[in-house]
Amino acid sequence: MNFSLTDEQQLLRESAAAFVRDNSSLRRIRALRDSKDADGFSRDLWKQMAELGWLGIVFPETHGGLDLGHKELGLVLEELGKGLMPEPLLSTVLLGGVVVWLGGSAAQCESVLSRLIAGDQLLALAYQERHSRYDLNHVATRAERAGDGWRLSGEKCMVLDGHTADRLVVSARSSGSERERDGITLFLLDAHAPGITVSRQWTLDSRNAAIIRFEGTPAAPADVLGSVGGGAALLADVVDRATAGLCAEMLGNMEAAFSMTLDYLKTRQQFGSPIGSFQALKHRAAVMFTELELARSAARAALMAIDESNPRSAEFVSVAKARCSDTFMLIANEGVQMHGGIGMTDEHDIGFFLKRARAAEITFGDAAHHRDRFAALQGY
Amino acid sequence: MPNLETFRRETRAWLEANAPKSMSTPLAEHEEPCWGGRHATYPNPDVKQWLDVMAARGWTAPTWPKEYGGGGLSKEEARVLAQEMAAMRLRSPLVGFGLVMIGPTLLQLGSEELKRAHLPPIVRGEIRWCQGYSEPGSGSDLASLQTRAVVDGDDFIVTGQKVWTSYADLADWMFLLVRTDPNASKHEGITFLLMDMASPGVSVKPIMLISGYSPFCETFLDNVRVPRQQVLGEINKGWGVAKALLGHERTMIADIGKGFGGESKERNAVELARTYLGERDGRLADALVRDRVAQMEMDQRCLDWTLARSRDTAKAGHAPGPETSIFKYYGTELNKRRRELKVSILGPHALGWEGDGFSPEELELTREWLRSRGNSIEGGTSEIQLNIIAKRVLGLPD
Repeated sequence: MNFSLTDEQQLLRESAAAFVRDNSSLRRIRALRDSKDADGFSRDLWKQMAELGWLGIVFPETHGGLDLGHKELGLVLEELGKGLMPEPLLSTVLLGGVVVWLGGSAAQCESVLSRLIAGDQLLALAYQERHSRYDLNHVATRAERAGDGWRLSGEKCMVLDGHTADRLVVSARSSGSERERDGITLFLLDAHAPGITVSRQWTLDSRNAAIIRFEGTPAAPADVLGSVGGGAALLADVVDRATAGLCAEMLGNMEAAFSMTLDYLKTRQQFGSPIGSFQALKHRAAVMFTELELARSAARAALMAIDESNPRSAEFVSVAKARCSDTFMLIANEGVQMHGGIGMTDEHDIGFFLKRARAAEITFGDAAHHRDRFAALQGY
Repeated sequence: MPNLETFRRETRAWLEANAPKSMSTPLAEHEEPCWGGRHATYPNPDVKQWLDVMAARGWTAPTWPKEYGGGGLSKEEARVLAQEMAAMRLRSPLVGFGLVMIGPTLLQLGSEELKRAHLPPIVRGEIRWCQGYSEPGSGSDLASLQTRAVVDGDDFIVTGQKVWTSYADLADWMFLLVRTDPNASKHEGITFLLMDMASPGVSVKPIMLISGYSPFCETFLDNVRVPRQQVLGEINKGWGVAKALLGHERTMIADIGKGFGGESKERNAVELARTYLGERDGRLADALVRDRVAQMEMDQRCLDWTLARSRDTAKAGHAPGPETSIFKYYGTELNKRRRELKVSILGPHALGWEGDGFSPEELELTREWLRSRGNSIEGGTSEIQLNIIAKRVLGLPD
């Protein structure tokens, strides 16, 4: 495990930083929100990201990817996070793309990956349900036998970027009781297949999600992703990888929020001095910096553990997600407090980071959930 | 590098031939590492023999130049030596402030005369050093120190009082800060002196701490004569020398990593919780304690990874990043939390001070909890560390 960056990794990071700087101001993010944009992101920027090769970073060259690692993808996600960019990298690449790559048949990989990498196909992973909280195995959506295939019925919610997805990967129960690990089957379906209704959800952080209902949706044997009834392990692996990616994005989110707050501390005058000269605020800023540096190490460690196929990578992911959740919440809460009244207004950008902090914290499990998971993985 | 592999083979062979077998065992409970010095007592002949064979090769200070008694190894060779010693679980032959603080500072800033006089005895473990910085009126505001030194012929005459001098009662020489120009601004009139603790007028009194331990002393200096040639750096420029030394001290803290009251000999919090709070369905029975244990273990990993990141960055040839400034603050606060948690896990078993009814482990954990309160005070308080981060790293205004 080497935490330092190679020259190539530095270059990748710099080109991502330049891309965000040139293309995605917070004004753009605000405009997407205020106009209730139908997509909620820019298809033009998405195409440019594909041309830069970013959608294929983790995929093998045989499918048109760059065959690099999660560490590299993390550098791009971190920079995108600084601009709060809503383009669907997490959903299409780290959730949808990776689940097909790791679990799909040759035909499924063929039908998805090269088009995905070219920016021509969007994916979503529909795994969450209204009452499942953070339990991936809590699946009530049913897959019932119909001829040699299945019929799916049930409801998925908070499907990240589900409203624009061309293909869906869905977790459904082909056997077993509602919270059982065994009996979960993953299906790769066309998002416009019969019996599927997609309704857009509006989330706190102005990101994009959907409720997806299945009413007798047909699925053929060739639509099964991985093994029948054995989807839980694949699902857990994929969500862990995406969680590490989300941590990298959160790192960028919190860096931007911290930098904005630091600028304010240096410029805002009260009692005839910049407020950043007051020790009560200095010490809290120094604590925020300390926690941020620890979060940076944790996010990078998790990404590297995945790249190295470390058998304990789930522990690394839990450390990173708990740490990034807590630190982002700290920085966002302190950011609003230190901005004072202006921080409470919609006009100021710091509020965007507070909302993002809460949404990201809850996505893939909050800090308390991951502490409990870490303890269980450690045998206590 | 083919030479490095040859060096590794030769080193391994030499260590296998020369290291006493008993030096491949961990330190026993309450056993001190070898500090050397005139007052040193050796618990067994192996400790002395190990010191002597390593010192003869200069490997107590592997990277110091051979002309000053060191091993003359490159950084890469020194790393190989450390790896081979770690593989054989060999103890350090010698520890102390001479090797990690005043020695590197002398190498960086000392005159030829001072280096020749002081470095070889450090390598050989003959002289143990202590640090004379803090004073009763100068804690966090160290530069306000009042111990004064007045020129008299070829000597300085030093009068004043130092406090929190670690192991002054066992040390042979002290490096200390004295005020040589009372009229200059407070950072200007300070000189960095090297003083023989056997000089007339030096007296030392151990300080009893809340933990019952006495690792620190008060040192009284009553008209002590120190030759002028024992100035390190220039007269009135001692603050710069002190800052250079602090740099070496921080490197050491970063190298040690878990050096804040490390717990290698102790049972960890999970093991204690299993014993004192029990298990239910294969998990620690108390969910609140479980959460605190997990939080602490996870924070320790984040700190370890940040130390690793810092080392990897340095190895890749880049300047140390701003993250190095967090280690003292975060490491000590984390250790305090660990001590706090262990005492909470013990519950009523943590109430003992001495005598019957409590195991040695329980008595020790309670005293270590008390001892750990000092972690965030000594070597620059947490508040001073946060000031430094705010000013130097974040650029917040005064």
